[in-house]
Parts: sequence; structure tokens; C-alpha cells
Amino acid sequence: MSDNLITFSNVSRFYGEVLGINNVSLSIPPGITSLVGPNGSGKTTLMNLMTGLIHPTEGEISVLGIPPNHPERLCRLLGYCAQFDAFPKGITGYQFIYSFLRMYGMSDAECDRRTRASLELVGLMQAAERPVAAYSKGMRQRVKLAQATAHDPRVVVLDEPLNGLDPLARSEAIAIFRQWGAEGRHVLVSSHILHEVDQISDQVILLSQGYVVAEGQIQGVRSEVKEQPMQIQVRCDRPGLLASRLFQQDHVVEAKLSPDGKGLLLRTRDADSFYLLLNRVILDSGLEVESVAPADDDVNSVYQYLIGEGSSV
Amino acid sequence: MSSEPIAAAGVDTAAGSNGSAGEWFRQVGGVLRLELKKTFLSKRGWWIYCLALGPFAIIVLHWLIELQRSRGAFGGRHSLGEDSIAFAGIFLLYYLRAGLFFGCMGIFANLFRAEMLEKTLHYYFLTPLRREVLVAGKYLAGLIVALVLWVGSVAGSFLLIGRHFGAAWSEYLWHGPGASQLGSYMLVTALACVGYGAVFLMCGILFKNPFIAAAIVWVWEGINPFLPSMLKKISVLFYLKSLCPVEVPVPPPFNVMVTETDPPPFWIAVPGLLAVAAILLIYSAISAKNAEISYGE
Repeated sequence: MSDNLITFSNVSRFYGEVLGINNVSLSIPPGITSLVGPNGSGKTTLMNLMTGLIHPTEGEISVLGIPPNHPERLCRLLGYCAQFDAFPKGITGYQFIYSFLRMYGMSDAECDRRTRASLELVGLMQAAERPVAAYSKGMRQRVKLAQATAHDPRVVVLDEPLNGLDPLARSEAIAIFRQWGAEGRHVLVSSHILHEVDQISDQVILLSQGYVVAEGQIQGVRSEVKEQPMQIQVRCDRPGLLASRLFQQDHVVEAKLSPDGKGLLLRTRDADSFYLLLNRVILDSGLEVESVAPADDDVNSVYQYLIGEGSSV
Repeated sequence: MSSEPIAAAGVDTAAGSNGSAGEWFRQVGGVLRLELKKTFLSKRGWWIYCLALGPFAIIVLHWLIELQRSRGAFGGRHSLGEDSIAFAGIFLLYYLRAGLFFGCMGIFANLFRAEMLEKTLHYYFLTPLRREVLVAGKYLAGLIVALVLWVGSVAGSFLLIGRHFGAAWSEYLWHGPGASQLGSYMLVTALACVGYGAVFLMCGILFKNPFIAAAIVWVWEGINPFLPSMLKKISVLFYLKSLCPVEVPVPPPFNVMVTETDPPPFWIAVPGLLAVAAILLIYSAISAKNAEISYGE
């Protein structure tokens, strides 16, 4: 198994009769990977399996070549910010991070240095000596993030890490995730906030009812969904003219003029043919085009295409 | 949040592990430190402190009352020997059968179970601790708390129970059998903490509700004197009783139901108890190794 990949080979996990995930095979490269799916789709199960908190019923998992049932090796290079909003009783933010760093066998000075660095990273240095129980939800989320990454892991697993963060903290967290991704770390993020997933992900894994329904770069996943019409937004000076030409094409399913009269939203089964036609219209009639952009090339649209309209995440 | 990279912290932790005994000691030290912070003088354990300090408080009261009496014309109403037997009764019937049992249950069963209920065990499971080392660290932390509480309570109670006799008590302690009795009581208390600690730590790992298992153990230990010789030996109390320095007679009508069994000698009782505790701890470590984080969600 590769030492630079997280791999799942035919992994299944059942909770008694209940399916957690079924026959999942994945190979996750470095960078930011988002796990997307509604509640109960298996995102947390996948993360818990990868981090050794639960064991697979069948199949094998390897995190950079290490099986998850060896915490003494795995947890040195992996940090997991789980979704549980619970902390040891009576502990301050500093003690929370410091105490668990001690389990790595580091010296006092090293633990202190790393604790301060990670608190600084999440902007909690001022609140370091306050009990975690007195923190706001956003602060608790940040201190969990700091604790999970204080040992400088190569693999960072984050279960709904943006929950409870205010917009500023969100954008700062996203900046940190991007930085980690750019440094060649594996950053796995599960999230319901899809436009943020779009912003940060190098690749996505779409889950539904315990199955992986798609994986890869979001544009690539979208282009694989051939049978689903793609929405394209065109801003131009004569959208009516464009619409009349489009309706002569078989691949165009729908075209809507925008209320301001300067745009057109169309649905096509063949984006390539549309782009060719658009070029022809521009050449033939001197159409002035301001912008052309896919309107649904995001995770949410892809996800809805894949698992049905009623399954918005 | 700062956008400073976390890599600024700098050290490649994957390379930081050597898996040596020295590192295990440091890790156990880390667990001990955190557990003692959480366990010692925690609000959750108030009833355990009451159990430990209850008899000590009663004996302080007894001492004060006897001091008042001894200043009166009639002096104390009982002998030093009677106080010694009274303490043996308190030790067997209260400390061993109730206080120590439930105190150890409260301390050790909660080392893992309470973390499951509070949803904090995953923090330990996500550190590079071998689960065996985690079990050892938690057990040691519980043992330190139990020893301080219970050995302290037993020693304090014993030293005070005859204090009102003044010089005679000092003589009994330092030149009579007192010091040796005190040593025996402290040893038995420590062994009870070791034995019951191992039992309840295992219950806390294996059972969702360790208190049902504890109740079964308690009933078993309670009926121990009335069990056949063979079954009698499957008991922590059986070995501990044999190490007690003063025998407590079973009052009628219960005495007729007691089956006589030769008490195990010291060299069997002590290593035997330690060996049983070690086996239970090894089983706990194996169970912890296979344990999963399931907070019932």
C-alpha cells in the first residue's frame, strides 16, 4: 500500500443490522478532500474508521501505510477533530491541549511550546487560562481544532469543522485548511455547507446511505453525469436572439431569459455542442457576450443529480 | 485565527516515537497527571469522600466523647482490647464489605465508563498511546486516589480509636501489637484497593452498566462466609480476611451457617491477590485494545 495515500479496500461497517458504510473502496491523495452527504450517509463512520475509533466489519484501511489499529503509530501522524462537543471536566483551554500532548511523550517545554503555537493559530491565546466549559461554541470548535493539530499531523481529519464558527473565523479556518492542503498534507473535511466545500476542496467524496456515489474533482464528477442536463448562465446584449437559435437544437432542454433582459439561463444535455453554437452565433450576428459560466457546477447540484432532488444536503 | 502554518511548530512527530520503556513511562505520567486532575477532589466523587471519611469522623466523635468521660469520676466504660475488637469489626463490616467496595467501584468503574458517558474517551484514543499503557495509567491514577483516601482513613481511624486511653494506647501502639496491627490493616486496605480496583476497572470497560456487575460481586462477597469451601476461595474478601490481625466472631444465629475453611497463608494470600489483579488488568488491556468509541449515537 502507498505511503502517501489513505486507502479503503472493500470496507464495510455494520452496527448490528444497521449499515454504516458498504463495500467502500477509496484512494485519497494529499490535498483537501471533502466528504459530502446528508446525515446518516456514512461520513462520520468513514472518519471514525480511518482514525481507528471503530473497526471495519470487513475490508482493510491504510493511512499512509499504517493500519488504524496501531494508534501508537497512526496518531503521531494523524489528528482528528471529531464532532463531539465534549471536554474533560474542569480543564482550561491550555490544559486541554497541553495534557493530551503529554501523551506523545514530549518534554514539558516542547508541550508548552506546541500548546502556545496551536492556541495562537486558532486565536485563543487570550482565553487560554479560561475553563473550556466557559467558552462559546465557536471557541470550543477552535480549541478542538487546535488540540487535534497541535502535534503537527500529516493527516488532518475534520468532522464538520466549520460548525459554530462566525463568518470571519470560517474564512480564517478555510485559509488554514488551504495552507495545510498546499503543504501536501491530507486534509479531510466533512461539511454540510456546500459552497464552502466548493471553495476549499481539491476533491470530493459524495456519500449516500453508506455508499460512495461519486468521487474525484468536482468538475470531473459533474462531467461524468452525462445524462443530467447542465445549467449554463450567459450574460449578453441580445439573449432573445441566442434563445431562438438554441431552441433549434436537440440538446437544449430549456432556456429562460433573466428578468433584467441581459441574460439567459439554459439547460443542455451537451455542453460542448452549446459552446460551439455560441461561437457560431457570435461570429454570425456579432452577439456581445459578457460572461458564460456553468450555473450548477457545484457539489450541491452534482449531489442532487446523483441521489435525487429530495436529498439536498 | 492566525494564518501561520501549523508546521511552524516544527518537529516531525512521526519520527518522535521510539516506543521505548522511557517513552511509556512519560506517557503513563501524562495519563496520571490528567486523571489525578480530574479524579482527585472532583465534585462527582463527593460520596466517595463521605464513605472514606465517615468512619474517621465517627471515631473522632468517639474520641471526644471518651475524653469527656475519662475526665469524669467513672472514667472510660470499656477496655483497650474492646476498642481493638470494635475496630476489627468496623474494618471488616464497614471498610471491607461496604466502604472500600463501593469506594473502589466509584473510582475505578468510572475511569473508562464516565469518559464514555461524557464523550471524552476519544481524546485518549486519538493519542499515540498503546491501549495497554492507557489502562495502566488510568489504573495507577485510580489506585493513588484510592490508597490516599482509604489507607489514610483506616490509619487515621485506627490511631484515633484508642487515643483516649492516653499513655496506655501509646504503649500498645509502639511497644505492643498496635503497630503491627496498623501495618496489617493498611496492607489489607491497600490490597483491597488493588484487587477491587482491578475488578471494577474491568467492569467499567466491559459493561455499559458496570454497577449491575458490581452488585452481583457485592452479593457474592456478602454470602462468602456461608459458601462451601471451594466457592469461598473465589473471592477477594476471603483472602483479605485471612490477613486481618484481629478475628471478628460471627454472632449467633449466623455463626451456625458459617462454613469453616482454612485461611490461606500470607505467602499465598498476598501474591495470589496480586496475581488475580494482574490477570484482570491484562484482560482489561486486551478489551481496551479492541474497544471502540460508541457514545450511543
